[in-house]
Amino acid sequence: MNRYPLWKNLLVLGVLLVGILYALPNLFPQNPSIEVTAARGAKVTAATSGEVEDTLKKADVKYKAVERLAGDKLLVRFVTSGEQLRGQEAIESSLSDHYNSAMTLAPDLPGFLRDLGIQPMFLGLDLRGGIYVLIDVDMEAAVDQALERYTGDIRTLLRSEKVRYLGVTSDRGRIRVRFRDAAQKDEAVELIGKEFPELVVDSGEDDKAFFVKVTMTPAEEASVEKFALQQNITTLRNRVNALGVAEPIIQQQGDRRIVVQLPGVQDPARLKEILGATATLEYRLVDTQHSVQDAVDGRVPPSSKLYYDRDGRPVLLLRRVIVTGDQITDASAGFDQRSGQPAVFVSLDSQGARRMRNVTTENVGKPMAVVFIENRTVTRMVKGKPVKERVRTEEVISVANILEPFGRRFQTTGLDSSNEAHNLALLLRAGALAAPIEIVEERTIGPSLGQANIDQGFESVVIGFLLVVVFMAVYYRVFGLVADLVLLVNLVLIVAILSLLQATLTLPGIAGIVLTVGMAVDANVLIYERIREEVRNGNTPQASIHAGYDKALSTIVDANITTLIAAVVLFSFGTGAVKGFAVTLFIGILTSMFTAIMGSRAIVNLLYGGKRLQRLPI
Amino acid sequence: MRLIKFQNVDFMRWRRQAIILSTAVNLIALLSFVVQGLDFGLDFTGGTVVEVGYQEPADLGKVRAALTRGGFDAGAVQYFGTSRDVMIRLPPVENQTSAELSQSVFRALSQEASGKIELRRVEFVGPQVGRELAEDGGLAVLYALIGILVYVWLRFEWRFSVGAIIATVHDTIVTVAVFSLFRIEFDLTVLAAVLAVIGYSLNDTIVIFDRIRENFRKVRKGSVLDIVNRSINETMSRTIITSGTTLMVVAALFLFGGPVIHGFSLALIVGIVTGTYSSIYVATAAAVMLGVTRADLAPVKKEGEGLGSLP
Repeated sequence: MNRYPLWKNLLVLGVLLVGILYALPNLFPQNPSIEVTAARGAKVTAATSGEVEDTLKKADVKYKAVERLAGDKLLVRFVTSGEQLRGQEAIESSLSDHYNSAMTLAPDLPGFLRDLGIQPMFLGLDLRGGIYVLIDVDMEAAVDQALERYTGDIRTLLRSEKVRYLGVTSDRGRIRVRFRDAAQKDEAVELIGKEFPELVVDSGEDDKAFFVKVTMTPAEEASVEKFALQQNITTLRNRVNALGVAEPIIQQQGDRRIVVQLPGVQDPARLKEILGATATLEYRLVDTQHSVQDAVDGRVPPSSKLYYDRDGRPVLLLRRVIVTGDQITDASAGFDQRSGQPAVFVSLDSQGARRMRNVTTENVGKPMAVVFIENRTVTRMVKGKPVKERVRTEEVISVANILEPFGRRFQTTGLDSSNEAHNLALLLRAGALAAPIEIVEERTIGPSLGQANIDQGFESVVIGFLLVVVFMAVYYRVFGLVADLVLLVNLVLIVAILSLLQATLTLPGIAGIVLTVGMAVDANVLIYERIREEVRNGNTPQASIHAGYDKALSTIVDANITTLIAAVVLFSFGTGAVKGFAVTLFIGILTSMFTAIMGSRAIVNLLYGGKRLQRLPI
Repeated sequence: MRLIKFQNVDFMRWRRQAIILSTAVNLIALLSFVVQGLDFGLDFTGGTVVEVGYQEPADLGKVRAALTRGGFDAGAVQYFGTSRDVMIRLPPVENQTSAELSQSVFRALSQEASGKIELRRVEFVGPQVGRELAEDGGLAVLYALIGILVYVWLRFEWRFSVGAIIATVHDTIVTVAVFSLFRIEFDLTVLAAVLAVIGYSLNDTIVIFDRIRENFRKVRKGSVLDIVNRSINETMSRTIITSGTTLMVVAALFLFGGPVIHGFSLALIVGIVTGTYSSIYVATAAAVMLGVTRADLAPVKKEGEGLGSLP
């Protein structure tokens, strides 16, 4: 009696061995490290390691090792995070022209684990420090922009097909085209319907004119929104990559949100400057025909628009744009050779280059202005309700005379600092956002706090675990020791599954582990109390063991399923930290059921199965 | 070793007193919700939290003064964990991003601090997100309750299910009420703890219900009350040991887990205590008062349902 078939013993053993293997990497320390990647146009080669090592030696920073990784990366390991910080400074200050560097944590694994590709648990930002940002994409603006594009397209279409119209306007989600007579209107309805099947065309008339109302189909609206979100994710990824962050996470969340997680990043101000701003440039000719003073007094000529430069001086520019930001194919920061001022070098696509050449050829000697445009969305509270507002800053950053016709590549000066030139180049290069974004949630955790959280979390797991272990051994004697062993295996399995799934371990996640340790005991207690009852009722030890495990089974399953349901709800609702708790709770319940039901039975069977027993040590 | 010897304690004798007690506690709780409300954390209200680390114990009065001089409407300034860590809560400020806000707060504090200070943590939640989290959180509690109750409904007779519902709602109210009564901040991690409490409380209830059902089928003599009492006695030592060990680890979390999960572990401590009480004196008592009879459970012939017969 109470013997397990071989396959069950092997199954338990197999699970245990795989569990130990996957949990193993977590025993090795994580080195504070710096990841060095090539910046634009540079490459990480064998020579790079030498360069980095020399730099660190010169700065008198101790390092542990420099390794080359796959994917053109270099990893510099340090012993303490203080040395890592100083190393980062040294590398930044002397090698930043060619390389990006990012702080990270790298596990110090022995070769065979590395070959197997087994990773330790992925620590959440609250444990390793970093920035978490939740970004809201302004979908209404994305739809408005699409409508704006259609307005232009319809105007062009009607003009090229020689359909005469009175005007094309767009507002509140629809385009209105007005006509003098019905025939023109009908022709337009047909043309627009044929050219743009994704639009809904309605016609009507009022006492003044005939008109056509154009709206987007719901499907088209949805696809515009989807595109805006995807495009924004791509752009944000480009920008984040250009920042040089190790292991960034950029994910869609829900219909209109994007999560950005940057482990190790400590400067939220700069991050947000890069993420949030949708900056672009426009090149315009200066209006030299009209007086600036008149414009300031309110008499702006219709062909021009009044701008101000950074010092608040008025500048009158022609409305016609020569080149806009989306025609820029590349941009890099540097210094003007003559003046030494910070500058951005801009390259244009062929269409933009042609226009630029034509306009500058015609206007040699005349002044041209560069307008810097930045869109931001801010939320204000108006009467207790959040109201979104788009803020658009337009300022002239430079006015200069055209000395000679511009080619495909040219430079723009007039920026405040080289830092600003750097940011602008980054923004222009990373592409435009399809819709304005707003940061609606942000959490920055310093590295020392992260370490404190790890220490405290670990400490509480150990203390809680020891308390339970001592209690069980005292209370249930040999069976208590079996429970303790099973509890330990349970912990190993939780850690192994978390490592295997690379699920994010957060501080509430650690709390989830602690909680499951407490609750895992429950299954053992249920079984042992049953066995004691059976013994008291006068059953033989072997029969008691058998009945104890059997009768407790349905109770254990029933009781755990309710907690499992709670964990699933938590997971589906959860954001960030709460999700971490749900994951460990869920995994913990499954592993504790397996270990308490099958694992402990296997051990008890091995110890007592088939033996003649007078009494049980329980 | 056997610490707990329960043989024939008539637990159900005090069921009426217990119902009065539970009702009174819940009324106080509801009153507290109305009068005191809940001190919702940043997660639900929106705003900015800045945590700064000083090198030596900080004087909160000075920190507050420094903030006022810096032109901030210092919402709440308090120690966080140790007297060297200070947490500052700021309401949402118009026209300013959280980065600007936290930077200027940090600057204002740095100027007045004697040593170097460290920016340990900045959390910003927009008003929109806060509202959504609050709504989603409420829904999550509701869904968890519904999901668990559907399961209990399928597995047990309806009187048990109603008992389980009342007990779970009771535990949720009591746990949240502690946060209202003592004005402790209620944030997202506390909400997660409340959901875990829901799971734990039912876990405990179901163990007793399982035994009552088993005894109804097995024991042929005795009244309903006798069998219920017998079942509670039989499961009592398990109840105490499990709550005890779980309380031990949660207490370890509370004492050593750091200030970030203080609220979380407090909610679990309260939830485990009330969950254990409510399994007996709310869930079981309610089922008894609703009139469970042997006949409700007797027709089932199969004994010892296992995994295979799960719905």
